[in-house]
Amino acid sequence: MVPVLFILATLAFFFVRIAPGGPFDTDKAIPPEIFKNIQAKYHLDKPLYVQYGYYLADLVQGDLGPSFRYASRTVNEIIAETLPVSAQLGLGGMLFALLIGFSSGMMAASRPNSWRDYVPMGMSLLGVCLPSFAIGPLLVLLFALHLGWFNTSGWNEWKDMVLPSVTLGIMYAAYFSRLVRVGFLDILHQDFIKTAKSKGLSGFKIFFRHAFKGGVLPATTFASIATAGILSGSLVVETIFNIPGLGRFFVQSALNRDYTLVIGTTLFFAVILSFMFLLADIIYVYLDPRVRHD
Amino acid sequence: MKKLIFKFSILLTCLAFVSPVCEAQLAVEQEIRIGNGTEPRELDPATSTGVPESHIEDNLFEGLCSYDPFTLKPLPGAAESWQISADAKVYTFKLRKNLKWSDGKKLDANDFVYAWRRALAPETASEYAYQLYYIKNGEAFNKSKIKDATQLGVVAKDAHTLVVTLEKPTPYFLNLTSFHTLYPVPRHVIEKHKGQGWTKEGNMVSNGPFKLVEWRLNKHIKLVPNPHYWDKDRIKIKTAYFMPIENENTEERAFISGQLHMTATVPSIKIPHYQKLKKRDPKNAVYHSDPMLGTYFYRFNVTKKPTDDKRVRRALSLAIDRRLIVDKIARGGQMPAWSFVPPDTAGYTYPRTFLNESPTEKDLATAKRLMKEAGYPNGKGFPKIDLLYNTSEGHKKIAVAIQQMWKKHLGIEIGILNQEWKVFLNTVRALNYNISRAGWIGDYLDPNTFLDMYVTGGGNNDLGWSNKKYDQYIRKAAAELDHAKRLQYFRQAEDLLMEDMAVMPIYYYTNNSLVSPKVKMYGVDGKLRDWAGNLSDRILLKYYVMTK
Repeated sequence: MVPVLFILATLAFFFVRIAPGGPFDTDKAIPPEIFKNIQAKYHLDKPLYVQYGYYLADLVQGDLGPSFRYASRTVNEIIAETLPVSAQLGLGGMLFALLIGFSSGMMAASRPNSWRDYVPMGMSLLGVCLPSFAIGPLLVLLFALHLGWFNTSGWNEWKDMVLPSVTLGIMYAAYFSRLVRVGFLDILHQDFIKTAKSKGLSGFKIFFRHAFKGGVLPATTFASIATAGILSGSLVVETIFNIPGLGRFFVQSALNRDYTLVIGTTLFFAVILSFMFLLADIIYVYLDPRVRHD
Repeated sequence: MKKLIFKFSILLTCLAFVSPVCEAQLAVEQEIRIGNGTEPRELDPATSTGVPESHIEDNLFEGLCSYDPFTLKPLPGAAESWQISADAKVYTFKLRKNLKWSDGKKLDANDFVYAWRRALAPETASEYAYQLYYIKNGEAFNKSKIKDATQLGVVAKDAHTLVVTLEKPTPYFLNLTSFHTLYPVPRHVIEKHKGQGWTKEGNMVSNGPFKLVEWRLNKHIKLVPNPHYWDKDRIKIKTAYFMPIENENTEERAFISGQLHMTATVPSIKIPHYQKLKKRDPKNAVYHSDPMLGTYFYRFNVTKKPTDDKRVRRALSLAIDRRLIVDKIARGGQMPAWSFVPPDTAGYTYPRTFLNESPTEKDLATAKRLMKEAGYPNGKGFPKIDLLYNTSEGHKKIAVAIQQMWKKHLGIEIGILNQEWKVFLNTVRALNYNISRAGWIGDYLDPNTFLDMYVTGGGNNDLGWSNKKYDQYIRKAAAELDHAKRLQYFRQAEDLLMEDMAVMPIYYYTNNSLVSPKVKMYGVDGKLRDWAGNLSDRILLKYYVMTK
């Protein structure tokens, strides 16, 4: 993982500097002398390899440097302040996706080609098709402005988590639902299930005891990808609901050419993602005996 | 009966006040929540540059002068009086005797000397240091040509007397003293934190009507009244939240639900709706569209074919329908522009010369004739050039409309090209364009803040345009003490700019916002009035009050 992060930091460092424009370009031209002073303050006047050296030296000590845009804060401080918010939001979104996705998928698989199948599958089709920037405002319109159950935006009480989590999770709930349904249908046609049935086991027992592990397998693999999606998707949701999370900085920092914050957030997301992939692999091994025996 | 007497006594109390809204109507909870655009980059008044930052700093700090909340005319602030020498180069400010920082420490003239030296010091690296170039040796010190800070034209004669010597007479200098770059900053706090992070929550100390108690990234900044402020009795607001909300739709929804009392923007698609509501019930209207000291315009690169030809530039400018753009596309109550400097800028209004709101038959005939003279009859042979704008839905719509107008009236095909903001800035600086979108918001209430831009070699002169006579008029205006004569010089300068059509004015900006009818403002005279915006979009909470 360390070499990956090192390569990533290097790529991010040089790519963001290749992009035209710098962190201190504004529409009101700065007199060249003042511009020089600013460049000097942030070591931007030094040759690129020297800047890179400075950056790496700080990085190995875990210091991501000062933010170029938010002058009174360091990248570490920004991540420390906004990460818990994004984590809560991501967790909320994931929980919603898993809960709704698994239950509706299993419901559909238990009685295929009946209304119990068609209704959740129809809903999930809708969920996949509707982008979060459409769902978010719709939910706000209905539940916040019309019914007055929630605030339209902000992040102050537990209730503020509901609408953003739903917006964030709904698309993945839809995916999960389909994958779980397919997974279970596939398993339920396998020979060992037929054996269990002929032995006279109850449908409930077969479903949860024998089919469960195999049924959720495809969805589990997808869970790591979903985590990546939820991480990057949090940016849109954080903007719609004005949530003070890390996702907003991910894109904003690139637009602002806030070099240190760009690299910092990139590295940070990379760490989380690699961790999630690892976790998915471990769960996969646990669930699928075929992988374990290899 | 008791109730009746009680009611009667309230009525009497109300009558006792001359103001149109009586005190009994003031809200119990004096809390205001304000949408404030983007997250502030910083709150160091010496180095900050943005509008969201200034909204907060204007309430945290106070300069020698402060603003009248409606007219923005300079009022006594930290200074209670001042004298100006006969040659208008020396200002002697008398500071109030009881000035204190929000932590209770005394504040005197030396704090201003420190603050101005700091803002100008090269190592502070302030982008707005040039706001202090009017001070003697300010520019030289900032550019490291003078190392000795004592040579600056700012001296504390005694604890309560600040003597400021200017490079040359600057008629708008008093206005500048209420601008954030010139605010005093707390030396004892900055030195304690070695300059880093002194503005953070818990560290920040200020001298204005309010003090900072919370700064949550991308969430809010919370201000409460500063108990050590000299004029604290005037302050009614008990808590103020500035909330960074970048998405205008999110902001509008928060306003509708009552989470915000004021917004920074209004989604343009919703403006007609709010205008209708305002017509129906003007008393409870929430939509405000206030003129702003700013112009939306297109630049012409005068060094590149075919926009190097004055006739082409004039023809292009004559053929667009500004009224249509304002009414059908921008839709924010803007005014079609006929000049570069917005009308009534410190008493200066450029007369309508040859640009009409909508082109007349005669205008179109003239435009066609000019194109023909330039060698492009009916647009034939006109090179394929691009109209450049920075990526934004609003700019795009206007660009497309103008593209169509030129096609229809002049028979020319112009491409439109968008670039992301920082890339766009680089392209324009490098004069790598033909026509580009532009906007300019004045820094201070004087035509100079616009016209100074296009002097030869000016830092913001991105046109490649240069005119010796123009430079002369701007220089003369800077040295002139007589206001009427100054404006005359500006007029002559702008004549040259418009005659050459180096910039094509499109409309004058307006500041659109939604403001709850509960928000009212006191005038300097203490009378309660409805909320109103001002030219520079300053929010001065000292004069704000919440009503029921």
